[in-house]
Amino acid sequence: MGERWSSATLKILDSMPSRTIGRNRGAILSQYYNRTLQLRMRRQSRPSLRDLPHSSRPSLRGYRVESDFSETDSRALVSNLQKLSVSDRVRMLRAMPLSMADKRQLSVCPRPLPLPPRPSPSRPLPPPPPPRPSLPQAARQLWYSWFSFLHSLQLWQLALKRVGGRFGTGVLSYFLFLKTLLFFNLFLFLVTGLFLVLPQAVHPPPAVHPPQAHQAPQRPASFSGLELLTGGGYFSDSVLYYGYYSDTTLNRDCDNNGSAPSPGGWRGLDCARQGLSYSMPLAYFFTIGTAFFITCIILVFSMSRSFGQSFRVEQSPSLLAMKAFCSWDFKVVKTSSVALMSENIGTQLRVGDQPTSLPSGLIYPSYIGSTVACALAVHTHTHTDTDTHARARTKRGVAADPQPSEAHLLALPVAVSLINLLLPGLFNAAGWMEEYDSPSVRNSVAIVRNLMLKVSLLSVLCFHWLGREATSGLQCWESFVGQELYRFLLMDFIFTLLDTLLGEFLWRLFSEKVLKKSRRPVFDIARNVLELIYGQTLAWLGVLFTPLLPGVQIIKLLLLFYIKMSSVMLNCQAPRKPYRASKMTTVFITLLCFPSFLGASVCVTYTMWSIAPSRACGPFRGLSTMMQAGRLWVEQLRDANPHLTWLATAHSYLVENPLFLFVAAGVFMIIIYFNSQVVGGQRKVIALLQEQIKNEGEDKKFLIRQLQTTHAKKRDTPARRSQQVRHCDDAVTRRGKASFSLPDSDPRYSSTFCNRGNATGRFRLSIQSPAGIW
Amino acid sequence: MGNKQTIFTDEQLDAYQDCTFFTRKEILRLHGRYHELAPHLVPMDYTKEPDCKLPLALIVAMPELNENPFRNRIVESFSEDGLGNQSFNDFVDMFSVLSEMAPRELKAIFAFKIYDFNVDNFLCKEDLEQTLNRLTKEELTEEEVQLVCEKAIEEADLDGDHKLSFADFENMITRAPDFLSTFHIRI
Repeated sequence: MGERWSSATLKILDSMPSRTIGRNRGAILSQYYNRTLQLRMRRQSRPSLRDLPHSSRPSLRGYRVESDFSETDSRALVSNLQKLSVSDRVRMLRAMPLSMADKRQLSVCPRPLPLPPRPSPSRPLPPPPPPRPSLPQAARQLWYSWFSFLHSLQLWQLALKRVGGRFGTGVLSYFLFLKTLLFFNLFLFLVTGLFLVLPQAVHPPPAVHPPQAHQAPQRPASFSGLELLTGGGYFSDSVLYYGYYSDTTLNRDCDNNGSAPSPGGWRGLDCARQGLSYSMPLAYFFTIGTAFFITCIILVFSMSRSFGQSFRVEQSPSLLAMKAFCSWDFKVVKTSSVALMSENIGTQLRVGDQPTSLPSGLIYPSYIGSTVACALAVHTHTHTDTDTHARARTKRGVAADPQPSEAHLLALPVAVSLINLLLPGLFNAAGWMEEYDSPSVRNSVAIVRNLMLKVSLLSVLCFHWLGREATSGLQCWESFVGQELYRFLLMDFIFTLLDTLLGEFLWRLFSEKVLKKSRRPVFDIARNVLELIYGQTLAWLGVLFTPLLPGVQIIKLLLLFYIKMSSVMLNCQAPRKPYRASKMTTVFITLLCFPSFLGASVCVTYTMWSIAPSRACGPFRGLSTMMQAGRLWVEQLRDANPHLTWLATAHSYLVENPLFLFVAAGVFMIIIYFNSQVVGGQRKVIALLQEQIKNEGEDKKFLIRQLQTTHAKKRDTPARRSQQVRHCDDAVTRRGKASFSLPDSDPRYSSTFCNRGNATGRFRLSIQSPAGIW
Repeated sequence: MGNKQTIFTDEQLDAYQDCTFFTRKEILRLHGRYHELAPHLVPMDYTKEPDCKLPLALIVAMPELNENPFRNRIVESFSEDGLGNQSFNDFVDMFSVLSEMAPRELKAIFAFKIYDFNVDNFLCKEDLEQTLNRLTKEELTEEEVQLVCEKAIEEADLDGDHKLSFADFENMITRAPDFLSTFHIRI
């Protein structure tokens, strides 16, 4: 099996360049010297395939073969490092596998040597001035201090460390996902708060006495506790909802002599200007649009980064070696969790890889059937609700807007949250009865089922709100939809709390006291993450109608973090099944981007594009669509300033014309096609390179074997020659003088001759080794 | 930002920030951790670069490393003498490589060193056997261990020498997306 190399061969093999990666200081320095050189030379161009760090063959990296790196080369490396930009230098330094002391030597800025002092015997030389910090150094200090400050604001460091130490990377990923969502909501809240809520709160819309027929009803004066749940009542005409926002330009005192306001609130230009004016409709429109656009960019960026870390170009089977080396979670510190992890790994290694296939049978119709049934139930409930409201309204007349009893409004959110809570549990329970080939398939099927349920529920609700509520003739339908979303969000939170209480706390008590088992409940990561995604979808849907909804979501997430953290630490045990954390994180970020954010933005875009805003309230009252605000503004700009006609024409061609969207979509698809072809090509290259590596390995083995046999032959042939020498000695003694020629006259070998005085056969044998191989 | 600390000079802290993945505060915190491992041995004033090394036994007693089956190898890989006696520089180095922001290449180099028990620059069968025994706390039987080792080497060995060189190891690591998240210790 293994080749038996001689010790000399082994010693030489050990100092081969490919064996000394990460060990030989000289090799590391030369490698990084080349890298800095390459980086300096081709900073702008795209690196070629062989420079990618994923290439496994060190020979492709092209570093120098010499293993001793002289002092001058070390100084050359230092000077190369100095010539790079600061971020490149820092990145290169950090990535070097050298010890800290060596790295600090390389990072030291070589100060210019002071000039030798001119001999002046009369007076002593003044002391040299202290070195002044240069500008880039001061900027770097500032950057580092800002970074430190930002880092010290790290939220929940200690709590996350404790969770990671006890439960490992899987459960930690849930809390990290929660943290990510918190930052998204914080961003949304800041943007809407700064640009929408603050100006409107500072300039409240004037109260109109008496309330006219076409105006939205005023808010009741009293505050009952139910408002927190329903979002109506006291909150209904507040800055929380769309209806409160005025359609005028704030801070502009216009002469309103009772004439009906022009559509969109565009007063004439003869209004007196008091200080800064702030057009609320425009602000609303552009703020929501920009917030969504920036969120989209951030989401796509984080999704692509996560994808880049976990996606591999070639289809990799799950190797046993990978399981052996990559499955130990270094974060886990609790003894019981460590024991559990060892057990898991042992099981995994024993079981090995099994082919995955989806289970068959009658299970699919039952799941699809139950999902469809729930969706239909919600649909009919909302349908009957709207019908009764419409009938009640026509009965009592248009003037009074019937507010169904506040508690009755909670029925739909409660029902939906209940379905969301119970049905996945039922699915999981039914899932235990099925046979699966591997736990990962089981997990994926569970996630898909849960996702389908939530997607269908949300689409039914969106259809109901945007399709029917918007055209139902309600006075201020946007505020109503906003209130609905607020209620849904709140009910979702309450039911999650209930689930935590019942599912984890009570079950643990039950299983410990009643069943007398020490098995605690396991934290179901996938289900909890899908709950978070569902809540976030509601928040994104509601930003248009309720600008303060991100604030509510922030409070909810903060409370959820602490509650879930304490529940997990108290009630749950570490997961028994292996959890591929990075793949699941990628899946969840993708789910956040694709069904969740995409769906929300499609709904919002549809609302802005096609649905008529209500006439009685909100910043877009009187306009035919919300988009019209932008259009009117552009027209107004064009009228006011003839130089900006190009903006109007650009606007009309780019934004209004659907052809532009088609062209943009076509371009994106072409880019995607090209990228997929590139990936296919890279796969082929990888396969070829692996073939090459195998062949190189064979070549190397062959060469080493040949050299060794030749060396051994050389060692052996002198043994034969000793016999010949004895013969020749005998011949000499017999003949007195003999001359003989060597059996092999290889030019590599210098001549050998037998030492006539030596009877034991010791020779002076010198072999000239072929240059370069040894 | 303006805290007057006397443990390190500003240049030292800048050098640490350049060479590791830690910020100022974290480096000071690490010094605190290093100090509390042996308060009478570790000086509070590092401006003169004192030559102070802590033995292996003290470092593996840290809660972050205490339960790790590879704790001895981890500390040995980051020590200059190879026996586990770490100076503060080595200590910072160790946690920097094991931190979240270290790139895959760097982690792969040190992971290879950690798993190479006989320090011969190869992951041979004996290294793999030791790794498996420590991972599973010797739960697998002898035959199972042998089987797994042979299969693992067969799968990952690219140049056919029945051992895993660093190139083979790195190739395998790049195909494991979980490596970055599992080879991580939060300090």
